[in-house]
Amino acid sequence: MGDYLRPRGLEEALQALTRPFTVLAGGTDFYPARVGRSVTEDILDIAGIATLRGISETESGWRLGATTTWAELGEALLPPLFDGLKQAAREVGGRQIQNAGTIAGNICNASPAADGVPALLALDSEVELASRHGTRRIPLSAFITGVRKTELRPGELVVALHVLRPLNDARSAFLKLGARRYLVISIAMASVVVEVENGKVAAARIAVGACSPVAQRLPDLEQALTGARFDARLGERVAASHLAPLSPIDDVRGSAGYRSDVALVLLRRLLSKVAA
Amino acid sequence: MKLEFTLNGNAASWDGPPVTRLAAALRDDLGLTGTKIGCDAGDCGACTVLLDGRQVCSCLVAMGQVSGRSVETVEGLSADGEVVAALQQSFLDHGAAQCGICTPGMLMAAQELVRRNSKPTRTEVEDSLGGVLCRCTGYGKIVDAVMDVVASAPVTAPPAGEAVGARIVRVDGPAKVTGRDLFGADGIPGDALWIRVVRSPHARARFELGDLEPLRRRLAAVLTAADVPFNGYGIYPDIKDQPVLADGLVRYRGEAVVALVGERAEVMAICDDEVPIAWMPETPLFGVDAAMADDAPLVQADRPGNLLLKGGVKRGDMAAAFEGCAAVAEGTFETAFVEHAYIEPEAGWARRIGDRIEIHATTQTPYMDRDEIANLMRLKPEAVRIVPTACGGGFGGKLDLSVQPLIAVAAWTLGRPVALVYTRPESMAASTKRHPARVRARFGCDAHGKLLACDVTALFDTGAYASWGPTVANRVPVHAMGPYAIPNVRTWGEAFFTNGPPAGAFRGFGVPQAAIAHEAMLDELADRLGIDRLEFRHRNALRAGDTTATGQTLTHSAGLAQCLDALRPHWRKAHEEIAAFNATGGSRRRGIGIGCMWYGIGNTSMSNPSRMRVGLSPGGTLTLYSGALDIGQGSNTIMVQIAADAVGLPASQFALVTGDTDLTADAGKTSASRQTFVSGKAAEKAGQDLRQQILRLANAGPDAVLSLDGATLSVRDGAEVRTIDLATAGPLMGEGTFDPPTTPLDADGQGVPYATYAFAAQLAEVEVDTELGTVKVLRIVAAHDVGRAINPTLVEGQIQGGVAQGLGLALMEEYLPGRTENLHDYLIPTVGDIPEIECLLIEDREPLGPSGAKGIGEPALVPTAPAILGAVHHATGVRVHRVPLLPHRLHEGIVALKGKSQ
Ligand SMILES: Cc1cc2nc3c(=O)[nH]c(=O)nc-3n(C[C@H](O)[C@H](O)[C@H](O)COP(=O)(O)OP(=O)(O)OC[C@H]3O[C@@H](n4cnc5c(N)ncnc54)[C@H](O)[C@@H]3O)c2cc1C
Ligand code: FES
Ligand code: FES
Repeated sequence: MGDYLRPRGLEEALQALTRPFTVLAGGTDFYPARVGRSVTEDILDIAGIATLRGISETESGWRLGATTTWAELGEALLPPLFDGLKQAAREVGGRQIQNAGTIAGNICNASPAADGVPALLALDSEVELASRHGTRRIPLSAFITGVRKTELRPGELVVALHVLRPLNDARSAFLKLGARRYLVISIAMASVVVEVENGKVAAARIAVGACSPVAQRLPDLEQALTGARFDARLGERVAASHLAPLSPIDDVRGSAGYRSDVALVLLRRLLSKVAA
Repeated sequence: MKLEFTLNGNAASWDGPPVTRLAAALRDDLGLTGTKIGCDAGDCGACTVLLDGRQVCSCLVAMGQVSGRSVETVEGLSADGEVVAALQQSFLDHGAAQCGICTPGMLMAAQELVRRNSKPTRTEVEDSLGGVLCRCTGYGKIVDAVMDVVASAPVTAPPAGEAVGARIVRVDGPAKVTGRDLFGADGIPGDALWIRVVRSPHARARFELGDLEPLRRRLAAVLTAADVPFNGYGIYPDIKDQPVLADGLVRYRGEAVVALVGERAEVMAICDDEVPIAWMPETPLFGVDAAMADDAPLVQADRPGNLLLKGGVKRGDMAAAFEGCAAVAEGTFETAFVEHAYIEPEAGWARRIGDRIEIHATTQTPYMDRDEIANLMRLKPEAVRIVPTACGGGFGGKLDLSVQPLIAVAAWTLGRPVALVYTRPESMAASTKRHPARVRARFGCDAHGKLLACDVTALFDTGAYASWGPTVANRVPVHAMGPYAIPNVRTWGEAFFTNGPPAGAFRGFGVPQAAIAHEAMLDELADRLGIDRLEFRHRNALRAGDTTATGQTLTHSAGLAQCLDALRPHWRKAHEEIAAFNATGGSRRRGIGIGCMWYGIGNTSMSNPSRMRVGLSPGGTLTLYSGALDIGQGSNTIMVQIAADAVGLPASQFALVTGDTDLTADAGKTSASRQTFVSGKAAEKAGQDLRQQILRLANAGPDAVLSLDGATLSVRDGAEVRTIDLATAGPLMGEGTFDPPTTPLDADGQGVPYATYAFAAQLAEVEVDTELGTVKVLRIVAAHDVGRAINPTLVEGQIQGGVAQGLGLALMEEYLPGRTENLHDYLIPTVGDIPEIECLLIEDREPLGPSGAKGIGEPALVPTAPAILGAVHHATGVRVHRVPLLPHRLHEGIVALKGKSQ
């Protein structure tokens, strides 16, 4: 049986990480990976660290603590910029998973089908990492490097995600496609943040998940939308060529071709939704 | 590490490794087994508890995270002095618990909601319960129970003679809503040793075991094939082809190879790689084409051509009749392996008592288990006692042995109690599945829409072992023409061995697969002739007086036409609504479909008797001794209702002893929808027998009225009242046996395969998202001829649960060995996938059945997939030839159809 540490402060946690520990937050990815096995690793349980939890407004934007749960996020009072992320939060698993699962757990687990990732990419969020030697921030797009692979270094924890306050009024939305309602791994999902100025799209950030090893932003589409009138016809601007960054695969949930087709449909609907 | 927390309002402490799952601590250390474990992975929600008032999966919470917080479990729901809380009472009144394995989780998920909001909307309830799976109920009654907590008025107990037909609360309900009911994993003695099974990672391989001595020194025992006295079992007396532990050769992925027996933590800590097994994988045979190929290697050495069985039904001159048809439809339809996905994985424990072995396990068939274990262990059947635990869902999957042989062998040799609880992936890999089928069908009719001929060939993949394959291959040809009067019929079934998981019994024994084909044929013919699809079926429906394809004349109780009559107004109205919706355009299109079925109750052309007893003790205890296992469908309650009216005393005065092979007589297996009809009839006869004895003692006439007060039994005959002092009259025991009359089928399948048939028709309304290929079922109306509804609430529960499984079969369920071996890759419907299901009960009395009743368990599922697929066709024009209709498959069909029309 391994050690089990449950520090109350971040310092204590970072000090412990001089040697390898498996980090435990909400446990919703941790335990399912260990069905029918006894758990023998050394565990660092970060869920009791108060400073890692909760959402706060900062000078430049918002800080989402690493162990903020999906339920807390879904219930938080936040501007429309966060609507997409909140919609994603309500689509993660069922209520039980939302009450326990954390946003940092979702990005660290780095599943191609992680529902939080497209929404956080569309928010252009940055990951704050801390170790005994200090902290660093990297864009989420650089943090997740592959299927179940991240830039997390030994001795580091994700302590927060940061979202910058946009220059303009912003709206956002999220759409998920699964083969059943509730508790379902996404076949594809998409999220968008649109900044609006004078009834026109000042900037757009769009990401699609489950259609590539890591969820991808769609720069060409973002470009194509910039300057467009912000109305229900926004979706008509999506073209198949905008999906070039995606590389969907066949699996039990759907074929590659299907994923490409529905990604397009989701994007059109998403843009109509956000502009509605 | 010692931890303090609040448990159901009281201070609690617990000591152990903090990484221990809360679910395990509650169950194993704190004695609260009301919290169930269905997957240990967050997928099923059976373990749902409240942590600081919020619902969480207790299988995903570390005890280290519980410290200082508040945990609430099902055991804490009712306040002190209260029998059950209002929420629990509402579950009882609505019939929201069937097998009850999901009930504690459902209750706790609901509790989080109703505590904040006592009058929630349907959507709020669905959002709250979305993380708890139920495989039995189809969710409708659960949602109703949560929505109506305040409103529900307790159901009153009916007086003597009025139990049949009453919506009485299930007799085992209170145990289920309080978490007191003990399932396979709930009553394991603390001193039991545990088994962990090492299973094959290969679908087909030879293997050699290395030196097991080092492991044997660490553990109590390491069992291999050599330790099983007779290492072969199977449903049929002449086909014992499945080894308890494989002997040098594995035939499917998940097959048991070695059993490690020891202290629980010890066996769990041993990884598969620590067990020396040298594997020599071979190319596996997957699918019937591979199995039928000329050069196919054999799966079973003594089965040439990999053929398990073939047979069929022939009547009239099918070939000539097709010549004269005005319209002919044909098509081939394929289905996948489907997993039962009962929320309770296989579990149980055994102990040796002298020269007897006693097995406490979850099962659907105590007497078959007894005889099979006796055979495996080379014991007399009387040396084996089966004590069934509560069964957390079966659906056919717990008709085959699972944990029983290994716990019996280990407990017998070691002289200590031994337990085995399957993990979810293990349950899914090891257990039987629904047979994948390829059904080729051709149906023809005259210009007026009268069916003239049908030709159906069904090929089944029976997997690695025979299991119930012969039952499927026999039953399907009898049913494959559908519930229609067709003069010229040829139906044929063949089952082949492959290296897939053993395909066994699953609600409907192959008939649901065949129904997909025959109903598609009926739709096509109707469309071709421009006849309404419901009216086309009505025109051809089997009716009393008709002769079936096996040459059996149905004398009574063939209520398909009545079912269709009941659906007609719903059908017409829905057509109008759908036309209006579709006229608005857009990418969403609605459609409506209809499915019909018939289903022979009981075994096919085989004796399947039930015997029941009703006793009255000197102390005045009235007891029904029932060997009919309640696996959630409600037979405990129904048998009591039937017996009560037969005796003439109120159902509420009955005690029930059920399942234990030492205490009850053989009432056969809970399968083939036979318990209400067969065991119910035996219960009725047993009750009548006891009543006769009482009347004789009192010298009273047949209409005498009984009442029981303590040990005093009063018999009022007209104006006269006689009392019987039971203390002196001694114990009375009534007994009843029933075996439905059938005859064997000849080479052309002619004979009387079943004594009676259930009939049904269901309609489904769907909305298809034509751009995404997704299907949302909006509504199901299910009309079922059940003969007589002994308890309408339970009948509706069966229908709604069957519909939910039919929906899963149609739209999402596909078991792929090694790929969908858990409940997040293998999808079953959640509360959000099941529409409102309206039940219309048709009661065309069956004179042989108890109070006219037939069966409902399997019939509920059969018409659903055809109705949904018909609705998809109506909405999109896509005829579905392969289920499950996953979104990408429907999308492909829609795209292909567009391509054609352009
Ligand atoms: C039934 C079920 C349904 C689910 N449905 C969905 C769904 O619909 N969509 C979806 O996206 N996900 C889903 N998930 C996955 C999971 O719930 C989420 O990914 C969740 O956000 C994980 O968070 P956690 O806190 O529970 O992670 P944990 O299990 O505690 O940890 C996950 C991983 O991240 C690491 N980690 C966690 N926090 C940190 C940190 N701060 N710093 C460094 N490493 C860290 C851990 O070491 C571990 O490797 C589901 C899971 C289950 C069991
Ligand atoms: S046992 Fe916890 S969710 Fe299934
Ligand atoms: S009653 Fe829900 S799983 Fe059986």
